[in-house]
Amino acid sequence: MLISPPAAVEYIRFLPEIILSIFGTLLMVLNPLIRKHGSSIFGNISILGLVAALLGAIYADGQVGQAFSRMIVNDDFANFFRVLVIAIGIVIVLGSYEFLSRERADTGEFHSLILFSVAGQCIMVSSNDLILIFIGLEISSIATYILAGYLRDDRRANEAAIKYFLLGSFATAFFLYGISLIYGTTGSTNLTDIHVFLSSPSRPLLLVGVSAALMLVGLTFKVSGAPFQVWAPDVYQGAPSPVSAFLSAGPKAAAFAVFLRIFLTAFPSISHQWWPVIWISALLSMTIGNFAALTQSNIKRMLAYSSIAHAGYVLVAITAHSDIGAAAAMFYLAAYACMNVGAFIVVSHIAGKGEKHVGISDFKGLGVRQPITAALLTIFLLSLVGVPLTGGFFGKFYIFQAALQSNMIWLTVLGLLNSAVAAYYYLRIIGAMYMQEAVASTPVPQPLPRSTRFALLLPALGTIILGVFPSAVLDFAIKSANFLK
Amino acid sequence: MDLFFFVVFAVVAIGGGVSVVLQTHPISSALSLVAVMGSLAVLYLLLGAEFIAMAQVIVYAGAIMVLFLFVIMLLNSGGETKPGRSAMVKVLGVPVLAGFVAIIAYVFSLSFNDTLAVHFGGFSDGSARSIGRAIFGAYLLPFEVTSVLILVAILGAVVLARKELD
Repeated sequence: MLISPPAAVEYIRFLPEIILSIFGTLLMVLNPLIRKHGSSIFGNISILGLVAALLGAIYADGQVGQAFSRMIVNDDFANFFRVLVIAIGIVIVLGSYEFLSRERADTGEFHSLILFSVAGQCIMVSSNDLILIFIGLEISSIATYILAGYLRDDRRANEAAIKYFLLGSFATAFFLYGISLIYGTTGSTNLTDIHVFLSSPSRPLLLVGVSAALMLVGLTFKVSGAPFQVWAPDVYQGAPSPVSAFLSAGPKAAAFAVFLRIFLTAFPSISHQWWPVIWISALLSMTIGNFAALTQSNIKRMLAYSSIAHAGYVLVAITAHSDIGAAAAMFYLAAYACMNVGAFIVVSHIAGKGEKHVGISDFKGLGVRQPITAALLTIFLLSLVGVPLTGGFFGKFYIFQAALQSNMIWLTVLGLLNSAVAAYYYLRIIGAMYMQEAVASTPVPQPLPRSTRFALLLPALGTIILGVFPSAVLDFAIKSANFLK
Repeated sequence: MDLFFFVVFAVVAIGGGVSVVLQTHPISSALSLVAVMGSLAVLYLLLGAEFIAMAQVIVYAGAIMVLFLFVIMLLNSGGETKPGRSAMVKVLGVPVLAGFVAIIAYVFSLSFNDTLAVHFGGFSDGSARSIGRAIFGAYLLPFEVTSVLILVAILGAVVLARKELD
């Protein structure tokens, strides 16, 4: 009896991951050959790889189906998130040229780690099996642990990396424990099989509930939702800004994709057990994030708390435990990725060598000194507030609409109040840029390099397109939010 | 007889695990971990998973632990210096852990009746042949993707440990 080799179409359904791994390895091989500080060739190669993977994901979307013994499910949902995390990767690579040459850091390994991390996220979002989800999660996480401590001589970055590594490993252990219990209970790690098993009347509800809770702990940590959010401010503050931008968007989007897929594919039959837990987590995340952000004077720390609050909004969409809620979460994650990555890249540009200028007062008078940078940051911040004509507005609108459809009236009210609180700390930065004069101690920002300009224009365009023509993306999200059952 | 071996090695595994955490010297911790790995191998063997038991001994108790000991000795690290622990950890640490273990044990005892429980030697697919078929059949993709995971870990070690060239 022979094992039949995978068919050709199965490789197409796994194409983006294959392309990313090949390019990541290529960078590793080329690295010793072209060893020059601040060389931009590695960045150019990784952009080439990411664009190829993006096209690969679009091509793979034409070949919907499962692959490799049902490990991979190549559906619209997977490809939505593949395109999202790859696009985030492209913007991060563009935004990191300036940072890498400023800090005189090695470029080859940095871009290689970004590519591998994106590959891990693509595996996470397209996998229908807990084992593969776990391996993808680890690939993505280990690469980001190292990226957080990439500047070895920076003490804060070291602290951030070691904290992120220890707490992250701890959270992954919870997730893995949940997987092992669910395997012990249902005899399978395949999400569809688990769903089938749980649909039978004789299922052991208690044990399944415990394993779902353990997975919830691990995933809530990865999306920096309360009460497992304490790592986020320290890590986002200590890590280099382009890396913080990446952490707050790519791994988070992928973790939310896994969250949605696991809980809506495998556990919909016990949703009455888990949605109240996520209800509490959503409310805590929004409240803790927004109120802690009010008092921050360091802009990276403020954006970290704001990202906890935004994780709370997405958790509201998951609490709705409906396909509409899943679609709203997908839309919000796309809008959030655009605005948050953009804001962090502006911070990276203003921060200067050694990231010394990250106080809100360092943004004084930016509206006069660099009108374009200030205008772009204003777009991102207004979108984070949720002002109409930006992606953030429709993101919040769809999420609260989905919550109302599931009769979560209190959560909607509290969420809306939270968004009103949030407006204060975002507008404070806009106020500093336009209403206050630069004083002698305000740093003079460097001119905006071309690569950073692209890295800001792409997410700004994304924010505005999602705000003006939301229906195209939303329709696709609604179409893809019916999971394999 | 099976039950006797199970109890003995399960106790050794748990005791070793506790000892890994409590020992202050890294060498003692590493040696305790060897005891955990070794007793886990016996537990696998009792279930009938002979290949996993052998791999456990050769790979974990053998290769990886030797590597651990080498690293510890090369780094020449001394005993652990106890940092001041926060009051919350001191007061809540042990009770929370005990509560967690109690809940898991309670759920297990409720959920697994005799027909669901695992029996000694009840697992018949533990040969190298069955494992090989599983790895290169149903689990081909996770097996291959693990190589990317290891590659990332190597790359990370190089990034963090290299000497600056200039």
